[in-house]
Amino acid sequence: MKVPRPWSARAWLDTGHVMIGLPVAIVLGGLTLVLIVAPPLLRRRLPWFTRVQRSRFEAFLGVHIPPVQTPSQWRSPATWRQIGYHLLSPIVGLAAAFLVAVAWGGAIVGLLSFLPAKLSGPPLEFVFDLRDNRVVLLFMVIGLVLMVLAPILARGMAALDLSVARTLLGPSRSELGQRIETLTESRAGVIDAADAERRRIERDLHDGAQQRLVSLAMNLGLARATLTDLPEPAKEAIAQAHEEAKQALKELRDFVRGLHPAVLNDQGLDAALSGVAARAPFPVKLHVDIERRATPTIEAVAFFIVSEALTNIAKHAAATKAEIRVRSERDRLHVLVYDDGCGGARLDAGTGLRGLAQRIDSVDGTLRLSSPLGGPTTIEVDLPCE
Amino acid sequence: MRVVLAEDSVLLREGLIRLLDASGMEVVAAVDEAEGLLRAAEEHRPELVITDVRMPPTHTDEGLRAALVLRRQQPGLPVLVLSQYVEERYAAQLLASATNGGVGYLLKDRVADVAEFIDALRRVASGGTALDPEVVAQLLLRGNSDPLERLTPREHEVLGLMAEGRSNTGIGQALVLSEGAVGKHIGNIFTKLDLPPAEGDHRRVLAVLQFLKIRSLP
Repeated sequence: MKVPRPWSARAWLDTGHVMIGLPVAIVLGGLTLVLIVAPPLLRRRLPWFTRVQRSRFEAFLGVHIPPVQTPSQWRSPATWRQIGYHLLSPIVGLAAAFLVAVAWGGAIVGLLSFLPAKLSGPPLEFVFDLRDNRVVLLFMVIGLVLMVLAPILARGMAALDLSVARTLLGPSRSELGQRIETLTESRAGVIDAADAERRRIERDLHDGAQQRLVSLAMNLGLARATLTDLPEPAKEAIAQAHEEAKQALKELRDFVRGLHPAVLNDQGLDAALSGVAARAPFPVKLHVDIERRATPTIEAVAFFIVSEALTNIAKHAAATKAEIRVRSERDRLHVLVYDDGCGGARLDAGTGLRGLAQRIDSVDGTLRLSSPLGGPTTIEVDLPCE
Repeated sequence: MRVVLAEDSVLLREGLIRLLDASGMEVVAAVDEAEGLLRAAEEHRPELVITDVRMPPTHTDEGLRAALVLRRQQPGLPVLVLSQYVEERYAAQLLASATNGGVGYLLKDRVADVAEFIDALRRVASGGTALDPEVVAQLLLRGNSDPLERLTPREHEVLGLMAEGRSNTGIGQALVLSEGAVGKHIGNIFTKLDLPPAEGDHRRVLAVLQFLKIRSLP
């Protein structure tokens, strides 16, 4: 914990938190106590009490206490923990407010202890003789020390309050565990949905646009071959349209092939990588050694890694050759992509590699990139197979 | 020539029928799924079968599996497989079924070049091979140690073009070599692959098949 300076905003916010905390805790604790005679009402009001307290932490300390997900029910431990907090907080609040108030009060009194002697009032009836300079000096020193101590004390008390609130108002350990489980499940769901979506797009293009383009290119080819007695400009126009249709077909095929090749589902990663590696504009060596197939999601991620890495190499690396090694080892899948290009690849620059890293993260894989300026570049990826 | 055609896209099926008609071939049956293809091939006993790979009901590789069944049922029946993508693994399965030629595997794009496509059809129908250059490129990726390692890079190129189904003249044009030089390379390939002398084109087909089997079977 950072030690607050005496006059910083932090010090005042902590002090405010503790001092406001006492009346709030007394009111809410009192209401809780009173409403014990009317349990249904208490159960309904309880979330509101908790919300007030939570907003206090948010306002003064800037700390968000995650709300409990379960509804307010008697059989929920969260309900009982909240009641516990509201009953406990007046006691904690009183102690905290008392200590902080004494510290600030002592500081002010000590620092102002020279005043009575200066003021020409009636002599004070006090155990210490404030006309004695040594006593005044001692008091002022104590005041100064308290001045420094008060913010620390306020900080400590606020922290104590916070830890009590976190324990009793926030989600418990088992609830957090539950939440992680839910998140993991929903993340897997999102990834699977994205893969399914890729497959759907691939199939739609395959059944629609690609067939239509093949048909178009074929008709133009047929026209080119049979309509030989047309005037030269017409023949030329047909020839040009024919070439462009073929080019469009090739580009669409390359794009769709990178999305999610059908052969990946049917025959696995090994078979699918041949196509993507053969399309690269530089020679690629491919070594695949997989004992049994990984899940479709992992296969899709591994395919995406290789496909994306090869695209990146073609775009940026000016490589003369590349090598891909895929190997399974018990429950892990290792993917290595090497190229002899110019290096200097970085994860934080450009979207290609970052997209790659995100995709790997999404399945709890790891990525190691080595790409010194001047090359060569190696991307090593480790994926869980299950 | 009597042809049975299987293609699930109406547009493309009609287009292919027109194209084959214009080239003097007769489409005796045009179907849109694999079961229908098997029935039609049984009924019509065609001289050539042209089939798509992805067809109903599962839209995966039923056309290819039907082609394999056909090759078993009617050994030597020439089959040309057309697909939106070519995969060496499918090529391997197709060619593993072939003890001799009569097999083709081409990208659908190739139908746009009418003359070359018709040429490939005739070649397959007469027992030759027609492999898409993209498949050949995929097959060259894997760097295993095998009898093919004994081939020089030039011989490799020649063998690749042979797998595509090109004639000696065609290979010579592609590599800017005289026909004599091509013949010499091919002779060397036969020797290095330990292929026995055989009639006509058969030895050629064997070389291609060996090339594919070694390249594609792990």
